[in-house]
Amino acid sequence: MRTLKFLLRKEFKQIFRNKALLPMLFVVPIMQLLILPLAADYEVKNINITIVDQDHSAYSQKLISKIMASGYFRLASYATGFNDAFDDVENDRSDLILEIPQGFERNLIRENEQQLYTAVNSINGVKANLGGTYLNRIIADYNADVRVEWVQMPKFNGLPTIEIVSSNWFNPTMNYRFYMVPGILALLVTMIGAYMCALNIVKEKEKGTIEQINVTPIKKYQFILGKLIPFWVIGIVVFSMGLFGIGWLVYGIVPIGNLLLLYAYLLVYLMAILGLGLLISTYAETQQQAMSIAFFFMMIFILMSGLFTPIDGMPQWAYIMTQFSPITYFIKVMRMIVLKGSTFSDIKSHFLIMIGFAVSLNGWAIYNYKKTS
Amino acid sequence: MKDVVLNNISKTYDSGMVQAVSDVSFHVNKGELFGLIGPDGAGKTSIFRILTTLLLPDGGSASVNGSDVVEDYMTIRKNVGYMPGKFSLYQDLTVQENLNFFATIFNTSVKENYDLIKDIYIQLAPFKDRRAGKLSGGMKQKLALCCALIHRPTVLFLDEPTTGVDVVSRKEFWEMLKRLKQQGITILVSTPYMDEATLCERIALIQNGSIMSIDTPKNIIAQFPNHLFAVRSDNMGNLLKDLRKAKIIKSCNAFGAYHHVTFHDDSPEMKEKLMRVLEEKKHTNIELKPVTPTIEDCFIYLMEN
Repeated sequence: MRTLKFLLRKEFKQIFRNKALLPMLFVVPIMQLLILPLAADYEVKNINITIVDQDHSAYSQKLISKIMASGYFRLASYATGFNDAFDDVENDRSDLILEIPQGFERNLIRENEQQLYTAVNSINGVKANLGGTYLNRIIADYNADVRVEWVQMPKFNGLPTIEIVSSNWFNPTMNYRFYMVPGILALLVTMIGAYMCALNIVKEKEKGTIEQINVTPIKKYQFILGKLIPFWVIGIVVFSMGLFGIGWLVYGIVPIGNLLLLYAYLLVYLMAILGLGLLISTYAETQQQAMSIAFFFMMIFILMSGLFTPIDGMPQWAYIMTQFSPITYFIKVMRMIVLKGSTFSDIKSHFLIMIGFAVSLNGWAIYNYKKTS
Repeated sequence: MKDVVLNNISKTYDSGMVQAVSDVSFHVNKGELFGLIGPDGAGKTSIFRILTTLLLPDGGSASVNGSDVVEDYMTIRKNVGYMPGKFSLYQDLTVQENLNFFATIFNTSVKENYDLIKDIYIQLAPFKDRRAGKLSGGMKQKLALCCALIHRPTVLFLDEPTTGVDVVSRKEFWEMLKRLKQQGITILVSTPYMDEATLCERIALIQNGSIMSIDTPKNIIAQFPNHLFAVRSDNMGNLLKDLRKAKIIKSCNAFGAYHHVTFHDDSPEMKEKLMRVLEEKKHTNIELKPVTPTIEDCFIYLMEN
């Protein structure tokens, strides 16, 4: 115990003396939490639209003004024909073409039916998809308006419609930040845990100080604990800063669930992720190698964590892969406890899985970390 | 009493491709200053790492203080001091912090063993709040020695402590070792500098992982089989070529301002014979004198035979 105390004192001294590391540990997560949720937004605005209006009637004008009033679209140009409009798409000035055919108004009234043509530039998949959806919704809305206008004084409602009304639970205003902040916070804690822990141990290898430590009576477990505990503590501090300082004060996200439960899960999660860092450090000889290995894992973990793309939409093999990433579980649990107020019985299985991760990663790392080669 | 014993120690790297240490046996007596002398890559560091329990030998056995380096490694770690060839203290901690840290992990304090490091520490004292990484080479070396000594080890392993250190600091360092020896500490030191060999009580000459000779420096020199002569002339480059061509010469090596030569035949008339040969080759200002061999001469002799 005495030895461990001295090791920890040394470790903290070194961490707080490192002028490059300290801002990395505390300022960067806060900056990222402030910037990322505001920037990473799925709502697409400013979709450029080119309109080919060959009707020039009151009805077509009404449709156009309805589209422009929605706020999603920006009029790139009025084109005289489809080919002109397509030039705009080719030159990346426009994302969408809406063609209103000649006789739109006349045919709509006379034949009670008319067709519109839309073409979507799908190079940016998200933008194209959302733009197309928005446009369809507006046109459908317009269609309904037109119908209501015609069926004046409906004695008998000859047009039965099914209207779907949905309400958003746990995030009623569909605030995107509510969804992103807990996830990004989980990610930041992960980065600190895995990177810092791995780099710190590898630095001792690289500088040769581990040689000097190895000829002392310090035991394997003491050395490893001396490395894990500081980053465990720092992980908790950074998490708290992010949760209360940024999440609560800046974004107004008040955790609904039990904070003790959240922290209990965090402790287990940090153990798992520090184990990953430790494992990386046993394979890497230099800080550069450690950085590259950690980067590789982090990229996969982050992209497959469900932070940006929902896991349920992934193909089966990818879904299975996500189940092997500890981040997936932590992001899920974060959202469950913070937004939904889940209780222990809801996340029991997540707890067990995370304990499994912690035990196996640390066990593997300790097995691999040899004091004598 | 033998403090360090090696029996037929071998070590290979890259799964047997590189033989770093082959069948090395020697022992170091208690309170002895023992030198391991050999060029870079001779296997000195591998031997040190085996003795300090950082490396497992492939074959043979070794013990320090009577404890086996494989079985009893924890006992050894408590009782030896090791100063690696590369500076391995925490560069971002100050001189004092490093010293305190290494004292505390050995369950002792700087105060307790201050008398042992006093002479060395006094020179470091003005820089005690400076970070170790910012010290000069000589100061780093002194700090490393202090840290290796702070728990009063019974055996001290110094791996090339004077490599890359200036002449004055090297001299000082050897003075320090002599004083430590008087305290009864067994010291095993390695160096690539042959001139430092005479400062040890006993030395082992090592080359390509094998020991060539173990004895006191004096005996090793006495075992040099031939008379040794130093030759010089105005044209040293041609002189070396001509000497090597001469049939009466057994060996010839450049050695500072002179070339050191030995003859196949140690009879006195050889000297005149060589003078005649060299004069024939139009060498001017020829100087030829007998010299006592140095460890380097012995090393080269042993290497060639």
